[in-house]
Amino acid sequence: MIIVKHELKQSKISFLIWTASIGFLLAICVFLFPEMKGEIEDISGAFASMGSFSAAFGMDKLNFGTLIGFYTIECGNILGLGGAFYASLCAVNILAKEERDKTAEFLLTHPVDRVCVITEKLIAVLIQITAMNLIIYAVSISSMTAIGEKIPWKELHLIHLAYYLLQIELAGICFGISAFMRKGSVGIGLGIAAIMYFLNLIANITKAAKFLKYVTPFGYCEGDNIVTNGSLDGTLVSIGMAIGIAGIIFAYLKYSRKDIQ
Amino acid sequence: MEAIKTNELTKYYGKARGIVSLNLSVEQGESFGFIGPNGAGKSTTIRTLLGLISPTSGSAQILGKDIIKEKKAILQDIGYLPSEALFYPGMKVKDILTLSAHMRKMDCTKEARKLCERLQLDTSRKINELSFGNRKKVAIVCALQSTPKLLILDEPTGGLDPLMQREFFDIIRERNHKGTTIFLSSHVLSEIQRNCTRAAIIREGKMIACNSIDALAKTNAKRVTIHGNVPLSKLDGIRDRVDGGGSVSFLYSGDMDLLLQTLSAGHITDLSVSEPDLEEIFLHYYEKNIQN
Repeated sequence: MIIVKHELKQSKISFLIWTASIGFLLAICVFLFPEMKGEIEDISGAFASMGSFSAAFGMDKLNFGTLIGFYTIECGNILGLGGAFYASLCAVNILAKEERDKTAEFLLTHPVDRVCVITEKLIAVLIQITAMNLIIYAVSISSMTAIGEKIPWKELHLIHLAYYLLQIELAGICFGISAFMRKGSVGIGLGIAAIMYFLNLIANITKAAKFLKYVTPFGYCEGDNIVTNGSLDGTLVSIGMAIGIAGIIFAYLKYSRKDIQ
Repeated sequence: MEAIKTNELTKYYGKARGIVSLNLSVEQGESFGFIGPNGAGKSTTIRTLLGLISPTSGSAQILGKDIIKEKKAILQDIGYLPSEALFYPGMKVKDILTLSAHMRKMDCTKEARKLCERLQLDTSRKINELSFGNRKKVAIVCALQSTPKLLILDEPTGGLDPLMQREFFDIIRERNHKGTTIFLSSHVLSEIQRNCTRAAIIREGKMIACNSIDALAKTNAKRVTIHGNVPLSKLDGIRDRVDGGGSVSFLYSGDMDLLLQTLSAGHITDLSVSEPDLEEIFLHYYEKNIQN
């Protein structure tokens, strides 16, 4: 686990910045709820009647006046986008950076299997994503407790689980891409996360584009569906996990035979 | 058992040539030089031996082990000094040395301390703060601290000042006397001449000569320097002619009788005939290979 420890040390600052930023924004959002709740009757009607815009963000089905409705719409976007960006960046860099920074020669001329390097780097990515989600989950619960609201445990668990799975899927895809890259992978990581987010918005707006739900992991993170059904969409999650695992398999296949420059 | 043995080792990068049918044999305990200009295939050979790139065809063994099937075991016995020493930014020298030792599952603290003292390397400094030469010292300690059986050195002295170069080669010689095999790749021919017993010359991916340094130096060519006036126009086999200050110097690989007859017909105040140095031999092999 030497490489895991090394990777965690190397990405400590990035981890702290992303976790603190997402956690801070999430907490601020939750602390805004009591104030928003008083005015919600005036604005919830307006939020729900903005046509495609409301549909795109699931505001047509959720009640903005409840904590879980408010949390799903407002905090969901922060957690969804922030988490997606972090997971993608983390994974898309992890293999490619060795060649980009020309440290691959140092790492791979030591007696460590390439498969072992890939596995330990994957574990490092998963640890970072898991740790970030646990901290953010704790921040979320603490904030809800602090404002004195009753915590909707089941829905909260499901929403956080959905976003965790989304990050795992994106990390898997980006991990696969990382194995093929030699430099400049940051843009690709951010781009993939952003494209997936917008694909879901398009799928929400147009019926003809509903099939995109099967492509983007944001499809199974729709708060309105999770709250309404009380569960995640098993089919979408399964497809998403299969895509993520495929990315990881590609990483093993490519990087274990790659010519290092 | 050879320390390094390659059999028809070939590497192409797409259509671009890396190395072609390389047959190299380095005995255990010897100090072997690998000579060639930039782009000749030296680094490709080293990177293939280290498993950083896969050969297109052919095979190679290091210390009797196959470079593909037993890569991990091979790397445990190799110390590698790259031409460009790059490390993880933000890390301290001591952390890099510890990371390197831990990846070998060894405790190299004692040996690392000795080497750092000899190379005057401050281990408390961060990698980003180090000059190119000091980064090279870190790479040297990383390569040597595990006392490997085989040392692969790729352009090892780049960035080191002359005193440090001397200290470095002292350490290398000590290791060699203790049985470590040295594979020294360089285009600084004097380094090879001083520190190796055998050498191979590589050109455009192919090995064009491989022999002991003494045998390589014993070519037909001699360096002839004449002070005086001698008509050389009828003499075949003259290369690398330099005229100046009443003297003429050239490499001669033609008929010796003819040379002596020509010299006796002229007016000579001073004459020297010497073995060419490795630099000249290197050029000789290169030119011969081009003609062939």
